[in-house]
Amino acid sequence: MAHVHRIGAKSFVFSDLKDLMAKATPPRSGDMLAGIAAATAEENVAARMCLADLPLKTFLAEPLVPYEGDEVTRLILDSHDSPAFAPVSAMTVGDFRDFLLSPAATPEVLAALAPGLIPEMAAAVSKIMRNQDLILAARKCRVVTRFRNTIGLPGTMAVRLQPNHPTDDAAGVSAAILDGLLYGCGDAVIGINPASDSVPVIDRLLKLMDEIISRFEIPTQSCVLTHITTSIALMERGAPVDLVFQSIAGTEGANRSFGIDLKLLAEGTDAARSLKRGTVGQNAMYFETGQGSALSAGAHHGVDQQTLEARAYGVARAFDPLLVNTVVGFIGPEYLYDGKQIIRAGLEDHFCGKLLGVPLGVDVCYTNHAEADQDDMDTLLTLLGAAGVTYIMGIPGADDVMLNYQSTSFHDALYIREVLGLKRAPEFEAWLEKMEITGADGRLLPADAGNPLLGYVAERAA
Amino acid sequence: MIARDPWSKLARHTPARIALGRTGASLPTEEVLRFALAHAQARDAVHTPFDAARVEEEVRGLGFSTLRAESAAQARDVYLRRPDLGRRLSDESRARLAEAAGEPVDLALVVADGLSSAAVHAHTLPFLAALKARITDAGWTTAPVVIASQARVALGDEVGHLLKARAVVLLVGERPGLSSPDSLGLYLTYNPKPGRSDAERNCISNVRPEGLAYDLAAFKLAWHIREAFARQITGVELKDESDLLLETGLPPLHLGAR
Repeated sequence: MAHVHRIGAKSFVFSDLKDLMAKATPPRSGDMLAGIAAATAEENVAARMCLADLPLKTFLAEPLVPYEGDEVTRLILDSHDSPAFAPVSAMTVGDFRDFLLSPAATPEVLAALAPGLIPEMAAAVSKIMRNQDLILAARKCRVVTRFRNTIGLPGTMAVRLQPNHPTDDAAGVSAAILDGLLYGCGDAVIGINPASDSVPVIDRLLKLMDEIISRFEIPTQSCVLTHITTSIALMERGAPVDLVFQSIAGTEGANRSFGIDLKLLAEGTDAARSLKRGTVGQNAMYFETGQGSALSAGAHHGVDQQTLEARAYGVARAFDPLLVNTVVGFIGPEYLYDGKQIIRAGLEDHFCGKLLGVPLGVDVCYTNHAEADQDDMDTLLTLLGAAGVTYIMGIPGADDVMLNYQSTSFHDALYIREVLGLKRAPEFEAWLEKMEITGADGRLLPADAGNPLLGYVAERAA
Repeated sequence: MIARDPWSKLARHTPARIALGRTGASLPTEEVLRFALAHAQARDAVHTPFDAARVEEEVRGLGFSTLRAESAAQARDVYLRRPDLGRRLSDESRARLAEAAGEPVDLALVVADGLSSAAVHAHTLPFLAALKARITDAGWTTAPVVIASQARVALGDEVGHLLKARAVVLLVGERPGLSSPDSLGLYLTYNPKPGRSDAERNCISNVRPEGLAYDLAAFKLAWHIREAFARQITGVELKDESDLLLETGLPPLHLGAR
């Protein structure tokens, strides 16, 4: 069905719902690349005005990606909770924005609403929200998950310690883990992107992390970010797998390009949970997403990249993950051109994920061919800290020497804690204090050359 | 004022920026500036104009004949926003290569600027010199080397197809990292033609003196070419087992028949 919006004597016609959604999206290079973006600034705002008048329940009746041909659409619609949706079912998209920002939308109300919302609704309302709206509403959404610690409590922010090495060298990885722990990072996960796909290499990395975590009784979890089929194979041979990782996207076709489907995700989730390696909970999955992945895979169905990103969170929440993160600036300038687009997308992704009940972290990042720099990352990090982001990445000096991009550093995490008073996961915070890495106020103590962690890593590297 | 980290000795195990020290929560001044410099170098690597004439002259100096080509992306900003245009030839270049094509050959060679002309400027000459010895040793026939501007990896498949090559080798400036602004990548496609996917190519990455040395990279590539011709395939099905031939860490001088 076509949608029409009049501004004065001008009529703006949008051929269908996905055309309206694409044209209402704040400008970004990926939608331009796909040829679906608004042609003018005025058309962009006309589309937002038209979208604001649209009943929220339209998205249940008119799937943007056809139900018959896409298992992600089927998952989203078949698991929709109508009673949970009831309180907002009569609202337009514009009403819904007003509601989210009102005092009526308390953390409890929003948590109860989450199963009643589908990703397309979250995406739609985000398109008519300003950056400050995305921050304010996301801050009220609380998503708490558990494995060996408690992630997502109000007033906390966790950090993934990302100790990547270009050749997966054990001493090099260990040195970066030590650096992160002694800077107070690693409560979300110690997670390595391996350079190699080789099963023995990944097995060795898993054992290396398991040994450090066990030896020092660190209340955290480890992960090697390899394909889910590799993790399943490793679990079958008894490797110490805490979290199972997988990149996911918002359409069946894009997931197929990653070599996965929903059945495989369920298989990985069951396998990880059956190991019962969590101590305070069994949220055992770790998913990564990012705007542009469906277009990159040629499986976007003419739908804008931000809406498809929200649909990836619809996939994620079906598997009760411990962590989900959007690698917002990683894919490159053909999807998000500059710092402004990356900042906007990071806030949208975080808001949509949280509204849908997903523990969303953000890889605040950019590549060297994007028009962005560390100042843009400082800005996005600060905004996300204010928005209550679940976790960020911690990389030595913000320079990932394996993946060749820049993210946030251990120092950046200290900065945002200092400015906003954010604490770590409580179990990890207590461990840092016990290890005399931090004081009672959570700040780093002067580094001690006699710290047993340092001795342990130095001895193994020698 | 600066709190130094007593684990700086461990920094020799990784190129990662560890043990940087801190002032309060923040990086010391020296580290902030060191990072800014590395980023500036990586940015310049992306935006330094490709000196195709100089590279062409160097390649000719090795005894290759050459051809020039441009992608359908006319300028750098278009190239960055429109990867689809960087993957195909301009109409003019397509016509030029079609006209220049001779008898079928074993190999087409393409030198593409990619995302780091700095890498192509620095490494084309020494790498091709090493590769040429391998090509001569194996007796492979080659088409003129194509120097391609504003080019992405898949452009090589169209070039290889036009030049009637059994396989195409593309040298390309890789996406620059802070620690590696001038890394050269090598891509190999058997039976190249437009529309081949990433899964149908093999990649050898990080060619530079601080990464994969020229001689070793040329050996690995020659191994892949030999296997590709023997098995009539490239891509995910062709796994890199060239390390099995390394003698005490060094590549053998002659690859020999399979």
